[in-house]
Amino acid sequence: MDLNQLVQAVREKFPDAVAEERKAALVVKKESLRAVAQFLKTSELAFQNLHCVSGVDWKDKIEVVYHLYSFKHRFMLTLKVFLPMEDLAVETLSGLWESANWLERETFDLFGVKFLNHPDLRRILNPDEWTDYPLRKNFDRPDFFRLPQSEGLKAGG
Amino acid sequence: MTEIIAKEGLRSEELIVNMGPQHPSTHGVLYLELRLDGEIVVDCRPHIGYLHRSCEKIAENRTYIQFVPFTDRLDYLGSMNNNLGYVLAVEKLLNLQVNARVSYVRTIIAELNRIASHLVSLGTFAQDLGAYATPMFYCFRDREKIVELFDEICGGRLTYNYMRIGGVQTELPAHADKYIKDFIKYERQKLQEYNELLTYNAIFLSRTKKIGILKPEVAINYSVTGPMLRASGVKWDVRKDEPYMLYDQFKFDVPIGKVGDSWDRFKVRLDEIGESLKIVEQAIQGIPAGNAVAKVNKVFKAPPSESYMRTENPRGELGFYLVSDGGLKPYRNKIRSPSFSNLAVLPSIVRGLNVSDMVCVLGSTDIVMGEIDR
Repeated sequence: MDLNQLVQAVREKFPDAVAEERKAALVVKKESLRAVAQFLKTSELAFQNLHCVSGVDWKDKIEVVYHLYSFKHRFMLTLKVFLPMEDLAVETLSGLWESANWLERETFDLFGVKFLNHPDLRRILNPDEWTDYPLRKNFDRPDFFRLPQSEGLKAGG
Repeated sequence: MTEIIAKEGLRSEELIVNMGPQHPSTHGVLYLELRLDGEIVVDCRPHIGYLHRSCEKIAENRTYIQFVPFTDRLDYLGSMNNNLGYVLAVEKLLNLQVNARVSYVRTIIAELNRIASHLVSLGTFAQDLGAYATPMFYCFRDREKIVELFDEICGGRLTYNYMRIGGVQTELPAHADKYIKDFIKYERQKLQEYNELLTYNAIFLSRTKKIGILKPEVAINYSVTGPMLRASGVKWDVRKDEPYMLYDQFKFDVPIGKVGDSWDRFKVRLDEIGESLKIVEQAIQGIPAGNAVAKVNKVFKAPPSESYMRTENPRGELGFYLVSDGGLKPYRNKIRSPSFSNLAVLPSIVRGLNVSDMVCVLGSTDIVMGEIDR
């Protein structure tokens, strides 16, 4: 199996789900993500394993990347969805693959992407009271903060 | 328990017990929130993030080569394997081919590190179960031999920073050949000893058999990988099924378990040490002449593209998802750590167990918090 065949199969089933053509990935519209994922898992493509969920901040939009694996066809699929900054919400996949639960929590924690209908959408690595999303590009890294001179360490103090 | 209480007309309520963050058997700073009904675990909620150092953010602000030492600190028991996974991901991004000697040296080092990591896992697991000190000392005695070799090669005992993009840091020392061959002979005898000491020990069996059973379909659904997946009976190893480097040239088996309980997870790791010894033996015999030291510029630009590389680590499949925008630094470096998914499955396998078996199941999952929290 190669990617072109797979994209063709998805196009036949969902005529307007594919958002754009990519060389190495299947990019879908965010409204049809859940339906396409369901199709990929339950059809004879047999993507039984959600391997990895990552976010990438492109400043005006956030890309959520799902790496799906099919043991039957020995094929790793890169499934992508782009979310505009104004509306960072996408349907959860945690009902289909249990591994999505923690992986999506991590993406929520670090990028602020809301996964709708997620069973337990809490921060996972950072404290619950934290308000920032540290892996966004506009995050001020604390190593650039300096203590005011008066509160700094004093020799012999 | 609940039925007995209801019959006797006693009032009962669930008890919440905090296991960790400071607990000798949680292998790092892990906090498990247990809901107990008497001695029985009703539910378990892991809380992680106590060791969060934001390695992924750090990676975005370092050049490709500067991030290699940070990968040592992810899974600090399998540092060489982490190094390897990262440099392979970068090489895939750059479309860089390395010579055969580099792959051989990397294979030898990575498999030796896998043995060292499994030895720590076996020793600490036995200690968690109350086999005080003896298995731990035996395993650490053997591990010491590997660590001494690594110390000689790269000057570190825990964090090695040995793999380089396009090669390795230094050549193997002149006596490495004899040293490793002696070690293989020695370790094969010791494996026999571990089987006599632990594997078929009646007390050990009664503590681990049928405890914490993980079904294969649950394991795949939770994206569990590595020895934990194989213990559930799924014959899947990236080295065998999707070979990277030169793993397709070596002959070795993939040990699997039958039931998926804690004992199977222990046994699969023990058997994997034997298989790794086989790989090291073949690699040390067939190592070609040449130069393994990297000759790639220290600073380079990667083409705007992305790569996803997964390798078989001691704990499972470690993945690096690198995105480049054409600059000196990666635009995004996502680390898919095996322990993260292996821990996520824990609540679903401990429900209904005794509290005392929690430690057994947790020890058999063999997690390292450094790579969960990153």
